[in-house]
Amino acid sequence: MATTRKKKTAAPTWPAEVFKTLKDADIAQVSYVPDAGHTALINTCLADNRIKTTRLTTEEEGVALSLGAWLGGERSALLMQSSGVGNCINMLSIIEETRSPLLMLVTMRGEWGEFNPWQIPMGQGTRKSLEDAGVIVYHVDHADDVAETIYAASQIAFNSYRAVAVLIGQRIIGFKDWRK
Amino acid sequence: MASKRKITLNRRDVVARIVKDRGDTLVVTGLGSATWDAAAAGDHPNNFYLWGGMGAAAVTGLGLARAQPDRRVIVLTGDGEMLMGIGALAAIAVAAPVNLAVCVIDNQHYGETGMQEAHTSHGVDLAGMAAAAGFANTATVWTKKDVKGALPLLYETKGPVFVDIKVTTDPVPMILPMRDGTAIRARFRESVLGDRAYD
Repeated sequence: MATTRKKKTAAPTWPAEVFKTLKDADIAQVSYVPDAGHTALINTCLADNRIKTTRLTTEEEGVALSLGAWLGGERSALLMQSSGVGNCINMLSIIEETRSPLLMLVTMRGEWGEFNPWQIPMGQGTRKSLEDAGVIVYHVDHADDVAETIYAASQIAFNSYRAVAVLIGQRIIGFKDWRK
Repeated sequence: MASKRKITLNRRDVVARIVKDRGDTLVVTGLGSATWDAAAAGDHPNNFYLWGGMGAAAVTGLGLARAQPDRRVIVLTGDGEMLMGIGALAAIAVAAPVNLAVCVIDNQHYGETGMQEAHTSHGVDLAGMAAAAGFANTATVWTKKDVKGALPLLYETKGPVFVDIKVTTDPVPMILPMRDGTAIRARFRESVLGDRAYD
């Protein structure tokens, strides 16, 4: 029988720090496919009436949405789980071909203490897939580094007009409790 | 559903009629024939031509419409391109941009790859799907008179609007717009944003 262990942690502070970072980086639109690791950040964005949120049905929509926002003069961020990265691959071509910025915040599965074997293939392929599609990739494994890394990534994205992804390590998110 | 109603509209005539009234409307075109149609109707700096990213057109229009809430945004795309990004109907309906109209030039085939039949050849009703998703206004257009009637829908009616226009598969001359994506993006942003495009 599979056993799981819940990592004991207080409510993390990095989602609030990331929200402030998005504001500091002048992000006007946030689109997302939900992930447990992004719950707090998504809820904060939904509660802020100055950030326009878009609920996506698949992550690749967020790539095209980000291009549209940029065409209209707005910066955006795209939130997803690592499994969603695979859905984006062809769509990333419109970002590279138009030299437009894209900021992807990806919470990782399939890499640290994963319980669900079906998450491993995409989780292990996330960085390689993104890099093959021309995306600059940062990986963070410590909660204290998340906000600063996202700020740095946003500067690369919007000042150099490139696609950038920040992979938020599964070690930060913690183990999923399968007993719930 | 699966209508055998006769289709007579020529895609180039339809798109030329639509963009004739464009004013300062921003137009996003989906890859393939819709992009060629917009080029044939006359190049314009407020056209953003997609040459790739099949399925991108409608949501690109959504991001643009949300960033430019005071401008009308029309997406012109094909039925195959719309089907590939069909989840966009749900995303757009929930986001509910009042200034966005999605217009499908629907020839019921994949024109760029050899005219294979699309799902729209077999009864899939795109306007019905948009209505079911929650679009504020939807229509399916079959006649020249209906095209005229759809113009207020595209330009004035509170969005999100979805119009599916049935057109023939009759061959039309190949007319291509600029294809450098970076140049298309830069020209469009300069037209919309002025000097701010290069901040």
